[in-house]
Amino acid sequence: MPRRDDISSIMIIGAGPIIIGQACEFDYSGAQACKALREEGYRIILVNSNPATIMTDPDMADATYIEPITPEIVARIIEKERPDALLPTMGGQTALNTALALHQNGVLDKFNVELIGAKPDAINKAEDRALFRKAMDSIGLESARSRTVNNFDDAMAALEIVGLPTIIRPSFTLGGEGGGVAYNSEEFENIVRDGLRLSPVSEILIEESLLGWKEYEMEVVRDHADNCIIICSIENVDPMGVHTGDSITVAPALTLTDKEYQALRDASIAVLREIGVDTGGSNVQFSVSPEDGRIIVIEMNPRVSRSSALASKATGFPIAKIAAKLAVGYRLDELDNDITGVTPASFEPTIDYIVTKIPRFTFEKFPGAVAELSTSMKSVGEAMAVGRSFAESLQKALRSLETGLNGLSPIPAPEAEGEDLINTLKGWISGQTPDRILRIAQAMRMGMSVEEIHQTTYWDKWFLNQIADIISAEAYLHETGLPDDKDTFHKIKALGFSDSRIAELCNRTEAEISAARLQLGITPIYKRIDTCAAEFASDTAYLYSTFENKAGAICESAPTSREKIVILGGGPNRIGQGIEFDYCCVHACYALSDAGFETIMINCNPETVSTDYDTSDRLYFEPLTQEDVISVLHRESQEGTLKGVIVQLGGQTPLKIAAAVEAAGFPILGTSPDAIDLAEDRERFQLLLQKLKLKQPENGIAHSVEEARAITEKVGLPVVIRPSYVLGGRAMEVVHQMSDLERYMRDAVVVSGSNPVLIDRFLENAVEVDVDALCDGREVFIAGIMEHIEEAGIHSGDSACILPPQNLSEAVLDTIKEQTKALAHALQVVGLMNVQFAVKEELVYLLEVNPRGSRTVPFVAKATGNAVAKIAARLMAGAKLADFQMLTAPLSHVAVKEAVFPFSRFPGVDVFLGPEMKSTGEVMGIDNDFGRAFGKSQLAASTVLPLQGSVFISVKDADKAAFIPICRELSGMGFEILATGGTTDALNAAGVPAKRINKVMEGRPHAVDAMLSNQISLVMNTAQGAPAIRDSFSLRQTALKNNIPYYTTVSGSRAAVAAIKSMKEDKLGVKSIQDYLPNRPDLS
Amino acid sequence: MPDAVYDVKTLTPFSPPSAATAILLLEDGTAFYGMGFGAETTNVGEICFNTSMTGYQEIMTDPSYAGQIITFTFPHIGNTGTNGDDVETLRPAALGMIVRNDVTPPSNWRQDSHLHSWLAQHNLPGISGIDTRALTRTIRDKGAPKGVLCHRADGQFDLPALQKLIADWPGLKGMDLASVVSTKKDFTWSTGSFDLEKNSAPDRKQGLRVVAMDFGCKQNILRCLVDAGCVVDVVSASASADDILARQPDGIFLANGPGDPAATAEFAVPEIKKLIDSNVPIFGICIGHQLLALAMGGSTSKMARGHRGANHPVRDLTTGQIEITSQNHGFCVDPGSLPENVEITHISLFDGSVEGLRHKDKPVFCVQYHPESSPGPHDSRHLFQRFVEMMKANNA
Repeated sequence: MPRRDDISSIMIIGAGPIIIGQACEFDYSGAQACKALREEGYRIILVNSNPATIMTDPDMADATYIEPITPEIVARIIEKERPDALLPTMGGQTALNTALALHQNGVLDKFNVELIGAKPDAINKAEDRALFRKAMDSIGLESARSRTVNNFDDAMAALEIVGLPTIIRPSFTLGGEGGGVAYNSEEFENIVRDGLRLSPVSEILIEESLLGWKEYEMEVVRDHADNCIIICSIENVDPMGVHTGDSITVAPALTLTDKEYQALRDASIAVLREIGVDTGGSNVQFSVSPEDGRIIVIEMNPRVSRSSALASKATGFPIAKIAAKLAVGYRLDELDNDITGVTPASFEPTIDYIVTKIPRFTFEKFPGAVAELSTSMKSVGEAMAVGRSFAESLQKALRSLETGLNGLSPIPAPEAEGEDLINTLKGWISGQTPDRILRIAQAMRMGMSVEEIHQTTYWDKWFLNQIADIISAEAYLHETGLPDDKDTFHKIKALGFSDSRIAELCNRTEAEISAARLQLGITPIYKRIDTCAAEFASDTAYLYSTFENKAGAICESAPTSREKIVILGGGPNRIGQGIEFDYCCVHACYALSDAGFETIMINCNPETVSTDYDTSDRLYFEPLTQEDVISVLHRESQEGTLKGVIVQLGGQTPLKIAAAVEAAGFPILGTSPDAIDLAEDRERFQLLLQKLKLKQPENGIAHSVEEARAITEKVGLPVVIRPSYVLGGRAMEVVHQMSDLERYMRDAVVVSGSNPVLIDRFLENAVEVDVDALCDGREVFIAGIMEHIEEAGIHSGDSACILPPQNLSEAVLDTIKEQTKALAHALQVVGLMNVQFAVKEELVYLLEVNPRGSRTVPFVAKATGNAVAKIAARLMAGAKLADFQMLTAPLSHVAVKEAVFPFSRFPGVDVFLGPEMKSTGEVMGIDNDFGRAFGKSQLAASTVLPLQGSVFISVKDADKAAFIPICRELSGMGFEILATGGTTDALNAAGVPAKRINKVMEGRPHAVDAMLSNQISLVMNTAQGAPAIRDSFSLRQTALKNNIPYYTTVSGSRAAVAAIKSMKEDKLGVKSIQDYLPNRPDLS
Repeated sequence: MPDAVYDVKTLTPFSPPSAATAILLLEDGTAFYGMGFGAETTNVGEICFNTSMTGYQEIMTDPSYAGQIITFTFPHIGNTGTNGDDVETLRPAALGMIVRNDVTPPSNWRQDSHLHSWLAQHNLPGISGIDTRALTRTIRDKGAPKGVLCHRADGQFDLPALQKLIADWPGLKGMDLASVVSTKKDFTWSTGSFDLEKNSAPDRKQGLRVVAMDFGCKQNILRCLVDAGCVVDVVSASASADDILARQPDGIFLANGPGDPAATAEFAVPEIKKLIDSNVPIFGICIGHQLLALAMGGSTSKMARGHRGANHPVRDLTTGQIEITSQNHGFCVDPGSLPENVEITHISLFDGSVEGLRHKDKPVFCVQYHPESSPGPHDSRHLFQRFVEMMKANNA
């Protein structure tokens, strides 16, 4: 049956902000779904609160609602748009849960909206642990011994049956949030309490531990005619016990015979049929006993997932696109396999390479968090690599992570002698730590055998033997130095060794190794990812590198004779560099392809839209290192004209290799790397500012502790202090007293002549402003000025911001514009530039300039309607600003960007914000006034502001005056104010009614008790200085754990009050981006 | 960074590559040098490729690969070692293995031997370390060439002699290999499919009596017939119709097998015609399908590169359903050659070629692909049930 004609409009729900467990992969799936269904002629209504996504680009859907994804708001959109159908399987758990809620509360029935892709019964059966288990029993598939419970007492009873160690999994939570492995009864009780609270239905599964078992995942696609295909099998290198999202995984499964593989295949298809997933993609996870092959079904997701994205990138099969088409009536055999162009989508991809995925962690951002992996996902991103052997793909994946690894880099191990050594090492590798693979490699170097490591870690010996081959090759290089014969050198490269790792092992420089390699004529060749292991010819240039030695090897890159531009992507997601940069890169591909250039993308992040084979003309799935990128550039230069390389859109990643790329003789498009470096280099930058006569907070550069003290005395406390060359505010701190400075210099950084620290006078209570501008070398266009809500001192990525600014005078805005233009000219910017200012008492201070794409570019584009990233790419390729039409009229709406934080994943970490960035993603709230826009941004970030109840206030002395009007307003709206002693006195003295409540240290009942007994619906808490922060820690933890909205800054509190006021006046309305900006210029 | 220490005496040391110990020489003179494994021997045959990612042991023991040297497109082969259960005949029929990566030490709870020693034990050579994808493209673009695989530890290759071996080998076209691999002695098969959970296979005491003509039968076909409720008498390819019918079978099965169907047809088709006329239900697979097509009046021809893999989509035209199938054939039935009373029931969605037939007036059906799979998906196992239903209906 071809497409359904009985429906004409379809709503797609996105996944909302990037959070741990739900990242760019849902932009990839949602964007594919939008494209696939639009080309079928359906009217698409999209809901997603995340402005940094490609899917929320105004030309991806007919009506795009950047609105909070809550059942209430989506219901309003449904009421307004009256879609015929709702596709809930593209936006992760968020979309699925929202759709289910809309089904349960009758909205879908009321407005006659049909759920397509997954029916409510199927969603329930897959998501509800007890129903799922029953379903598995009915088809004869074994589940782990388990009990589902809804309260603490039943949990304790279940423990008797299941026994320790036990796995606890809450129902309906993302990425296994709130779950974990309990080894003793105390741990068990803690995890159970957390899990019951975090599960929206207060339900947890208590399950037999399968620690050490093998773990597999099958990606299945099914059509309405019951045709089922397996897209890919995935094997976890980490055995059971570590969340799949946190595991190193390979595709396809490598340690199964055909009989065992087919048993999993049969089982996964049976699961889809039993659960009733009529159409679309799903994954089924299995655990297999390494002793006897016993198979246990773990879970299934009746939707497109993170592993679907991985499977799509690993095989070239576009799961989300096909799933979307199946949802509107197509059968698999009616759809084409775009990659080969000659075969149908109804087949099973077969691959002739090995794919390795390694997660990327950010524990260092959350001091106090335990760096242990468990069944609750902690990673913030991942890198994927492709090679013709596991060793090659593993080493490529390691260097793709950009965590400083250039292979299985050595790490310090505990010291011990003789027999103690092995025992010590056993203990060291036994924990499920994020760096476990490096520990295993190090343990091998130090004498542990494969067998001993297997006994300790349960990692399959197949993988350990491959790692051992790498370590043996390292030992050989270490012993004998750089091989001078081609065959040996080649064999080393084919194991995936980077030139820089070889250099370390041979005690040479990377440049020497590269030169020696090229001298011997050893270069990578490129193979195609074609879904069919070369059985059919493929025109799709989806490529990866490998080393093939013998005569007869074929390079399949086939560079074209066109004029080409290479765009370097952003690599794995991390805090500080995420989807915003991928958005910019994707736009560059779109814009430059439209302008007639051949676009070539290099990236290694499988979650993204940029690594879709049809985003660019050619895609190289490669690590973003100097060696790997330059190899591609050499290959591509052999035909046609390489116009240049774009490095300013992928965040820090491409910038780090820009100089090497330029030195290798390849042109960099846009702003010169030298200008970019000038902006990063403190001393050069200061000279420029002096020349331009721009004001900076007083500052200095300290190369020693003494210098730091002297500078601090000179500029005056408080100061912001940070190491030079940092990302995302790493190790940056605001220091209020000398003793803190000493502690910082002692504990946080190693200062030396070559590692100076930067010290800036900290402007207290200043307003921070972000500006994004476009420049073609002559003309400057101010694309957006954003006023931060949180005061200066909080990382710009963590601060909420308003566009257009609400509290800045015309004079200040003019100064900001002038200074931005002056900087753009001085740096000869071609492309994008981001400037950060602080405004205090009408004075404008320059904080930072980054002549490159910034995190706020997509937000600015969405809020203003100007395709900023696309235009930037065109400018870099030679176009002029005058070539483009821009919207310049003042906006009649207000857009607020709010950051989203992963604190609930890291229990025990304080939620206070500072100069070190901690947010994983962002949402946008848009409406006609600030209050409502802010309210929406909060709702979208899952902060439900109360409209009545009690507010708890505890603020530092310096903020007491500022809180009087805030509390007066709250009180006037009918809120009861509860405050600590000092705050109560200050409020009462100003005539604001407030009731005193004990601080925690003042005895019970205290504020935390009140919060725990649901007496408090909003918390406003500021504190300064280590003791006060420590004392108030439990307040913030309690608020976080019990989902009580909290604000930790004056300005945030003020904004919240404005939002409550607006929302009390009238309920929140909904409006599409297309309606906000009806006159968006057409770029093409 | 800590000082590098390398106390790696328990690990297999890295060995710099030695000179090539194996060569794959194609009829056009293209030579691929690599590292030999398995037996030190030389085999000449047709070079084909298989795109399955699992099941190398089943593939190597599939009698349909007689006369062929197999290029495995999946780069890591040998990961799960070998075992006594994943075999399709006791003696492998394929003539050698061509793989990308060196065979790794096995890791699987069922393995009892390293692929190296298993190959050596069966006197088969292997070659690793060559660009198998490049070779696959050659086969794809130019058709399956004749070639020779030679493994010599001393690396001394006599190219003219090897070239002559190729020249003297007649090739698969016109070659009746079914007779070569067919059983010489009739036997009865009653063992069902291997049960992974029980780690054993059941034995059937009684059931529908099926006589299987062995043109190179995969054991898994016999297991599937037993699973479906049959006990199978296996007879040689040269068995006469009279002999077969004298056993009063409930059904007759024409097995898969290697070689050119036209060559085997010379002696088999007259007998098969008699079997069709007997009205006893007949089911054919692979060469059994091709022989039935020939017996029903159709013709067959050699394909440019054949179908060899475990991901081939086939549409059952009678139900509209798609099945992902395991395939291994280099010849196919010409669709235009079929008479009126033969219906095409299955087609390949890769190239539209004929994958299944049904006689409109007789209880006869057959498929080109391998419903018994092994290796491969189990989507088409229901065909054995269809055969059983046909027999039951015929007996009723």
